[in-house]
Amino acid sequence: MHHYITEGYVLPNQAHIYWTTMIVLYPYITGIVAGAFIISSMHHVFDKDELKPVSRFAMVMAFAFLLFATLPLLNHLGHPERALNIMFTPNLTSAMAGFGFIYSTYLFILAVEIWLVYRTDIVHLYEHTKWPAMKAVYYVLALGVLDISKEAEEVDHKVMVVLASIGIPAACGLHGYVGFIFGAIKANPWWASPLMPVIFLLSAIVSGVAMVMICYIVIQWLNGREVDGECTHALIETAWYFLIIDVALELLELINHAYMANEDWTILKTLVTTKLFVSMFIIQILLGSVVPFFAMGAVVVFKKRIPAAARNLIGVLCGVLLLAQVGAMRWNVVMGGQMFSKSLRGFLNFEIDIGGREGLIAGIVIFALPFVVIFVFSRLLPLWGSVETFPKEWMKEKPPVRQPLKGWSKFTS
Amino acid sequence: MTTPRSPDDVSRREFLGTVAKTGGQSFLFGSLFVNTALLRLPQDVATAKAKQETEIGKGVIYGFVVDTTKCIGCGSCARACRAENNVPDGYNRTWIEQYTFYPNGEVVVNSPVGGEAGFAEPPTRNMPAELEKVQPVRGFFVPKLCNHCIDTPCIQVCPVGASFKTDEGVVLVDKERCVGCGYCVQACPFGSRYLNPDTNVADKCTWCYHRVTKGLLPACVQSCPAEARIFGNVSDPASKISHILATNRVQVLKSYLGTRPRTRYIGLDSEVI
Repeated sequence: MHHYITEGYVLPNQAHIYWTTMIVLYPYITGIVAGAFIISSMHHVFDKDELKPVSRFAMVMAFAFLLFATLPLLNHLGHPERALNIMFTPNLTSAMAGFGFIYSTYLFILAVEIWLVYRTDIVHLYEHTKWPAMKAVYYVLALGVLDISKEAEEVDHKVMVVLASIGIPAACGLHGYVGFIFGAIKANPWWASPLMPVIFLLSAIVSGVAMVMICYIVIQWLNGREVDGECTHALIETAWYFLIIDVALELLELINHAYMANEDWTILKTLVTTKLFVSMFIIQILLGSVVPFFAMGAVVVFKKRIPAAARNLIGVLCGVLLLAQVGAMRWNVVMGGQMFSKSLRGFLNFEIDIGGREGLIAGIVIFALPFVVIFVFSRLLPLWGSVETFPKEWMKEKPPVRQPLKGWSKFTS
Repeated sequence: MTTPRSPDDVSRREFLGTVAKTGGQSFLFGSLFVNTALLRLPQDVATAKAKQETEIGKGVIYGFVVDTTKCIGCGSCARACRAENNVPDGYNRTWIEQYTFYPNGEVVVNSPVGGEAGFAEPPTRNMPAELEKVQPVRGFFVPKLCNHCIDTPCIQVCPVGASFKTDEGVVLVDKERCVGCGYCVQACPFGSRYLNPDTNVADKCTWCYHRVTKGLLPACVQSCPAEARIFGNVSDPASKISHILATNRVQVLKSYLGTRPRTRYIGLDSEVI
């Protein structure tokens, strides 16, 4: 732990920053989970059919990121080997004690839901794969359940709807919880705010939609496939709506601080105008909010009059800006709250580590891991549609085109 | 009309019943394998230990008074604390702040190395250049330490119950249980806590619990030459601290946060946060 250079009077124990890169990364990852899951559910539960092309991918993305959501935390803990104490002896007055339970519940729901969504495909691939070794893999993935009769599928679908409906509040819970972790700390005037969970949740959705949008368009480009215009439009529209509410609340939070001008405003004002100037006013507000607001707004307003190529480009570029916006927001909250001392008289000059356990490289590696999982997943199961979209050369014969179940087709297609 | 059932059919009620039964059994069985020490709450362990060692635990509520009007800023307390408690460099369980007031209304606050080396030099570190030649109008020292709050946010936020309060009102950390998440460090409004780089767990002033339960004074109180630090049993009306509390107007730090500190101050200035 560094002893940072300080300005003004900093309390002796606060010449250190205890939460760094990993604690910025953790809400960033769970945010993408929540957002991707919402996109998937908008199709599965709320019948937004335009999002069908990405609904499976979004679910897999949510799962892949959720798998690694605990990694930054474990890497941060002073005693990661004691991590399970949080579930063995949870302190019920601690918001953080909920993490183990909220996380494992949500992981379970998501894992079961993905399994149900893919179950029939797994069985089809088990039956049709070219390679015997893969047959064993698919058998394991199917958990030995090879029944894909219509009756079995109907049961699957019923459970899926229930799980998806529980999944939405669970996703919101997982991320709203993260915001509460900060918002309920009365010791820190930069964090303490009931708006915090709402802001975290909304920015989570923005980042998740942005990530799905970027991946969808770029992967379609890379594979030389056509980008679905309606889907991209729906993604941009969703991101735009959530961005507006998110940024409105973020600004409300800041304006409220300034307008109330409590004893802490003197130091918070200096904080935002010096230490956080670039990450807040330039990245979070100007580049990450104002630019995408107008660019995506144009797509939403002009709809089909926007050429497809332009729409896709706006989708990718604004997606990147939105990810930067949310990343900057996490940074400004987590780091900003530790760059000034609780003496309200001094600042720390935080410099990000490049190497080291909690350094930038470690952060990038952790952030890359979900993509490795998504890649492996894409070799095993179709990401963008049902088994019919899987490379034909990987199968003995083309699996029969299944008759979709009436009313439930959106799940398996 | 009910659907005919084959012998293999299990009703929902039977299924759920079986799940609940087997689940419950495996949970109970599984918990036998969990280290039983994990399931004992740290406050029980510590209090039991304290009670075994001494009778002092009975009916004792500790309190601490800092008389800022007496502090001479020698730094003995912080040095004694570091020696007694093996406090790692760069961190302080207790520290002394120096407040210097200038005619233009400027207030300069300093605590070089937590004030451990005293304040022989004039304050320069946080001094605006234009004040260097100006004669200050007044100044004082404020020793600080853990407030051992009654409604303490650090215990509230600890996810694993490693932070706890003893029967005597002392806030402690179970270093065998702490996961080192740092949430308590963030939640403490006074900067009293730190993550110990040697043990990777949360660390803080214990009011020298290991000494006071043996009838000794905390190291900082013992070493203070000016009697600026008073420690004792506030539930005993005959104790020195009770007398001081009965005959002085005392304040606490950041009272608006509602943490109800047990460390109280005499002669606190509004500039002291």
